[in-house]
Amino acid sequence: MYIKRREFIKLSGITMAGSVFIPPLLQSCGRVPLSNDASGYLEHFEVTAEQLQKVILTAMSKGADYADLFFEHTKSNTASLQDNKVNSALSNIRYGVGIRVLKGEQTGFAYAENTSLEAMLQAAKTAANIADSNASITEFPVKEFQPPSFYSIVSPWEEISIKDKVPFISSLNEKIFAGDKRVTKVNISLNDTTTYILFYNSDGLLTWDYRPLTYLTARTIMEENGRIENLSISRSYRKGFEFLTDDLVDGIAKESIEQTSLLFKAGRPKGGEMEIVMGPGRSGILLHEAMGHSFEADFNRKKTSIFSDKMGKKIGEEFVTIYDDGTLPNDRGALNIDDEGNPGEKTVLVSKGVLTSYIHDRISAKYYNVKPTGNGRRQDFRNVPIPRMRSTYMENGPHSKDEIIASVKKGIYVDNFSNGQVNIGPGDFTFFVKFGYLIENGKLTDAIKDVNIIGNGPQALADITMVGNDLQFSDSTWNCGKDGQSVPVTLGMPTVKIKKLTVGGLSA
Amino acid sequence: MDTNEKNKIADLVIKHALKCGADQVAMAINDNSTRRIEIREQKIDRLQESIGNSLSVDLYVNKKFSSHSTNLLKEKEIMKFIEEAVEATKYLAEDEFRYLPEKELYYQGKGEDLKTLDPAITTIDSKTKIDLARAVESEIFGSDERIISITSTYFDNVSKVLLADSNGFRGESDSSTAALAAEVSVKGETGRPADYWAEYSIFFDKLIKTGIGKKALQRTLRKLNPRKIESGKYKLLVDNTVSGNLISPFISALFGTNLYQKNSFLDGMTDKRVASDLLSFSDDPLIVSGFGSRCFDMEGLNAIKRPIVEDGVLRNYFINTYYGRKLKLQPTSGSTSNLIYKTGSRNPDELIKTIDKGILVTGFNGGNCNGATGDFSYGIEGFFIKNGEVVHPVNEMNITGNMKEFWNTLIETGNDPYPYSTNQIPSLLFENADVSGI
Repeated sequence: MYIKRREFIKLSGITMAGSVFIPPLLQSCGRVPLSNDASGYLEHFEVTAEQLQKVILTAMSKGADYADLFFEHTKSNTASLQDNKVNSALSNIRYGVGIRVLKGEQTGFAYAENTSLEAMLQAAKTAANIADSNASITEFPVKEFQPPSFYSIVSPWEEISIKDKVPFISSLNEKIFAGDKRVTKVNISLNDTTTYILFYNSDGLLTWDYRPLTYLTARTIMEENGRIENLSISRSYRKGFEFLTDDLVDGIAKESIEQTSLLFKAGRPKGGEMEIVMGPGRSGILLHEAMGHSFEADFNRKKTSIFSDKMGKKIGEEFVTIYDDGTLPNDRGALNIDDEGNPGEKTVLVSKGVLTSYIHDRISAKYYNVKPTGNGRRQDFRNVPIPRMRSTYMENGPHSKDEIIASVKKGIYVDNFSNGQVNIGPGDFTFFVKFGYLIENGKLTDAIKDVNIIGNGPQALADITMVGNDLQFSDSTWNCGKDGQSVPVTLGMPTVKIKKLTVGGLSA
Repeated sequence: MDTNEKNKIADLVIKHALKCGADQVAMAINDNSTRRIEIREQKIDRLQESIGNSLSVDLYVNKKFSSHSTNLLKEKEIMKFIEEAVEATKYLAEDEFRYLPEKELYYQGKGEDLKTLDPAITTIDSKTKIDLARAVESEIFGSDERIISITSTYFDNVSKVLLADSNGFRGESDSSTAALAAEVSVKGETGRPADYWAEYSIFFDKLIKTGIGKKALQRTLRKLNPRKIESGKYKLLVDNTVSGNLISPFISALFGTNLYQKNSFLDGMTDKRVASDLLSFSDDPLIVSGFGSRCFDMEGLNAIKRPIVEDGVLRNYFINTYYGRKLKLQPTSGSTSNLIYKTGSRNPDELIKTIDKGILVTGFNGGNCNGATGDFSYGIEGFFIKNGEVVHPVNEMNITGNMKEFWNTLIETGNDPYPYSTNQIPSLLFENADVSGI
């Protein structure tokens, strides 16, 4: 179906209908194990460098400027607990190669689900049709690029049996039940995903990546006097089996009990415009929605973003500096290379209140004549890369959390969210608050929950009047959606105060 | 992949899984092809074609259950896939409720043609489709100096699925969609509003191919220079293109999985009032050429038309066989097909004239609903209505309430069921909605 282009972020919940797991299931499937160099990956995908050159030659045969091949082999396993038992499992294998051809800003794209030369050439011919003249380039070098390493792991998931995973899941379940008598149900999902990437383009760049990704999510349901509340708490990293520790389980169990309990005390506030204090960590959702998407260069190249005439201009206070970073160790949003072969980097988007960079893919970097920022990402080999965020966060500012809260006469404090969205053109963004507090005369008072907050991106950025010195990152399972493609991201923020946003709520 | 090839794979999967130790097996094999053409500034911006296949297998081994999918479909790969999947399932805990549907629940017809596929879609040449997308852009290209960007899109998809299981069920279903769309951005004093219009059809010949660009531009221009209005109680007329968003958490609360997980504000409400008596809708899988029409669902269960809400009273949940057993409820189906609503007599323009003070909601922006309690809060955009007239666009506002109460404030339904969705919902008029603005 046609997908309306709204951009959003959400936390992974738990899907129980036929969920999840597996031992080293499907780790081989006819594919050879690999060494960490081009030869290992070529062998893994059962292709040769010469074949890749032939496919690129076909992709460029109608006079394109550029072509690339994105090989992907992903294996994903999920184990789920329901009714106190790890009693369902799910696995998925995705394998194929996406072939993209560029002529100026025009894109031709096709993919093959097997890597036989015949299938690849057929897809290359289809993608080549974006151009309509004769090949101008007919020779393609092979230059190997060893990517940086931002997510080294100890124990690959492919070597881990379901038997090794079950005790952690069961332990988490027991600890949540033991933590509060009001707990009536717990659902848990443990996912591990391993992706092999091989990339080659018409510039001759040959590179590769090995991407682990894992999350553990618990949904806790509590009942008290007939009232039911539930909340999901998760952690996610690019880690191997070492991700699962007793500390991790204890942390999720403790947070699940504490946060779900708080919901019983919370109500709906009176709605309207008010001052907002956003607590550290998960409040990075503000950056993601209010600014991050609007900084994505495809929207700016097409002039549809409200920030498209703001490059180099002051858009916030001196103490507002914002990064998009692919280099945070083992972070869910980290990337050794993006899906266009560019190395991961830390990009300064806003420096001391001035817009310094958009978030680029190859097409937009060329359009703006700047270096790629390593943000060309795709959901999988079946999709084209587009500019996407990685880990988006704000640098520490000069204020303390206490003085920020104390400065508010009447407003709300929020630090727990489930999802957000932005309309790029108007710049209107929202985020849904799972939990927070009213602030009255500089103090946190009544608890609130389940309200939407809406504002305008450029205005909200300009309205950030205080920034705390307590930057935290959220390691929850954030997924970002754009153009029908979902990618893993993270976010972070110190405590900030915004002069005015509109809080959903009840009328007087 | 043709039906013969799919049947061969089905035979292989079922036979091999049973041989490896599975007690029961269900599988689906899907082949899917799509074409997408985007035009921007009178050039092809993106040309995309794809053909994909996938296999999914549900395994029942010694009362243990797992589900697996892959797109590696060579025989050798499938055999290994099955072997590893069966072995892995043995490590799980038992679940007494996991087994294939009882035989009497299966579809036993002869494959009635519900006319959900247009085979011609794949035979129409690319040039025709490119020209159609170009024509959509050409309708408005250069027509208004406020236009920043136009993207027109032609899209089509053909999908065929074979279901088979070790109980002997085997059925094939297919579907197609062709679509033409335009998305337009314009520059205003306070922002760059964007909107779109899209036409859909199962059949290429029946696809409306003109007027799309103009409608998208008109929908976008009317949004220029919005402003917030005061917080308060308003009537809400929710446009049929977005009213489906509003009933989505209501539908979600009807699923067996949410009932069982205590994540449904409609738990225990069968035959009780859950909405104003103006809300009536049914799930009808058997209408000819519906986007969600089917003879059987993904479990192979016989498709039956069922009332869901009758005059505001809840009649049926969506229950698959697994949750049916756990909840001790008769299975219906674990998924919706076509949702068909009882409509009113007036169109949206006539409804606007009845509103003294209200908002025509044409878009939602984020927000969420707590499935357990029904508490919701959504961002909205649309138009302020005063004394029966549209006054100006509004944005950056929220509506907040509780689903259980909110559906009782439905005071009229439009005569305009949205035709391009499995959810054919009309425009809806509510009273006393809590709106947060200034």
